[in-house]
Amino acid sequence: MLAAPGTLWLVLLFAVPFYAIAAVAFGYTDPVFNAPVPEWDPRYWDFTAFSEILARSVSGDLRPVFLRTLLYVALALGLCVAIGYPVAYYVARHAGRYRALLLGLILAPWWVNYLTRMLAWLNLLQDDGYVNDLLLFTRIVDEPVRWLSGNPATVVLALVYGYIPFFIVPLFATLDRIDPLLLEAARDLGCSGRGAFWHVTLPLSRPGLLTASAITALPMFGDYYTNTIVSGSPTTTMIANQIEFYLLGGTRKELGASLVLLLSALLMALMVYYLISSRRAEEGVS
Amino acid sequence: MRRRPWVLASVTWAYIVWSLVPILVAIQFSFNDGRSRSTWQGFSLQWYFGSSGSVAEDPSLRLALVNSLVVAGLTTLIATPLGVAMALGLSRWRGRTGRVVGGLTLLPLATPEIVMGSALYLVFTNLYLFVPLGQPAQVIGHVTFSVSYVVVIVRSRLASIGTDYEEAARDLGCGRLTAVRLILLPLLAPAVFAGAMIVFASSMDDFVISAFLSPDASSVTVPIKLYSSVRNAPTPALNALATLLVLASVLALLLGWLVQRRGPLQKAQISKVP
Repeated sequence: MLAAPGTLWLVLLFAVPFYAIAAVAFGYTDPVFNAPVPEWDPRYWDFTAFSEILARSVSGDLRPVFLRTLLYVALALGLCVAIGYPVAYYVARHAGRYRALLLGLILAPWWVNYLTRMLAWLNLLQDDGYVNDLLLFTRIVDEPVRWLSGNPATVVLALVYGYIPFFIVPLFATLDRIDPLLLEAARDLGCSGRGAFWHVTLPLSRPGLLTASAITALPMFGDYYTNTIVSGSPTTTMIANQIEFYLLGGTRKELGASLVLLLSALLMALMVYYLISSRRAEEGVS
Repeated sequence: MRRRPWVLASVTWAYIVWSLVPILVAIQFSFNDGRSRSTWQGFSLQWYFGSSGSVAEDPSLRLALVNSLVVAGLTTLIATPLGVAMALGLSRWRGRTGRVVGGLTLLPLATPEIVMGSALYLVFTNLYLFVPLGQPAQVIGHVTFSVSYVVVIVRSRLASIGTDYEEAARDLGCGRLTAVRLILLPLLAPAVFAGAMIVFASSMDDFVISAFLSPDASSVTVPIKLYSSVRNAPTPALNALATLLVLASVLALLLGWLVQRRGPLQKAQISKVP
């Protein structure tokens, strides 16, 4: 009984809106007003817009956008692992008396608005900003790096900067739960420190690594604002930028809705893969 | 003898410097005595109040701040009771339907914001036409994604309280609702408060859903304002606005944490309940 209002809310404002995406994507275009009309009855769904999007994604102009999105997210995730794993490992295992302080500092960006953190970089990365000052001063580069006009490296690094706190914290939680006695046992049985890491710590941290990757990759796929802020150039456009463009910018909302469906299908496939492999990882642990 | 892991230590400290210094620099420039956001010209509060372009005086910045606070306040007022009732209901809703609804409450947490933003935008422009885009739609959208936080927090607290206290009250002659009111709600108070603060902070923080549901300048919130003024000659007033946002989030979370910490005390006070 008590759950009724909340359930009703989620059905009307979470489930029905999802159906609305499909209704718009599979709707038709009004011939008189040339405006998209949603079709709520699945029997009359029209798949023209969706197949147009599908064709453009497989072999047309959206193909590079999809590939770029996958590449950027993969690179950003790789960097998250490369930076985040050592950090989480150090704080969980070796931080000693600085542990609480380090955890607090790692959590701090969670409470700062995402856009504030991006704007902060915008100042630093100007042609005459602090980063270029430093690079010029140390003679690493001879002329200022143009970070903010369609530089793919900036977009990937901005994604890493934006989402890595969400990667480190769940990974830390997993690493922190690993029983140090297991490592001692491995050492007693003749493992070197490195061997103990490869044979004990790394396999045991797999579930955390997977969860952390899912938590970070999901929002990266749906991110358009990072890209707009640090690049704004069509050469670095990601799939979410196209969604925003079609839904909020133009009149062809059925194309935007189709893209949302396609992206959701892609993410759902990734989520299923995550659930299967994390179950396998849990089984491997126990 | 184990070597000190100095490589790991330096990676960690370097990461922390990298993650925090840009924010500190941005906060520092909100106090700049000049228009520049990259050259330090001395300390001043002119971008907070007193000058024509400051947060307090610039109507568009002030509007963004007020909008953010109004949306976050209304969202908290709606999402908190809704989520608490839902958590209480789910805890005694056995069977498959209960599990399905339980799963439904978790889904918004796993949905990318752009998917949820598009869904809400399309439903408000095509089906629920009686809800105008702008603040009403924004509040409804924020409630939809944040009610899950309340449900999750309150349910975990309910699980740790158990059913003993409530059953004891029933045995002593309390009616069902009286038992919830006299026993459960006081015990839940810290979790409810923490949930409310997280709702407030995440609503203040949200950009995508606010942006999808904002049709014009009248419903611009702070994050939208930050996003849109990137391209047109920002002044340190923008940094001041961002700093105020950080301050609001920190205060909300600190308050939530302090009340949550009082949790065990509340349990000890149970004997005082009539």
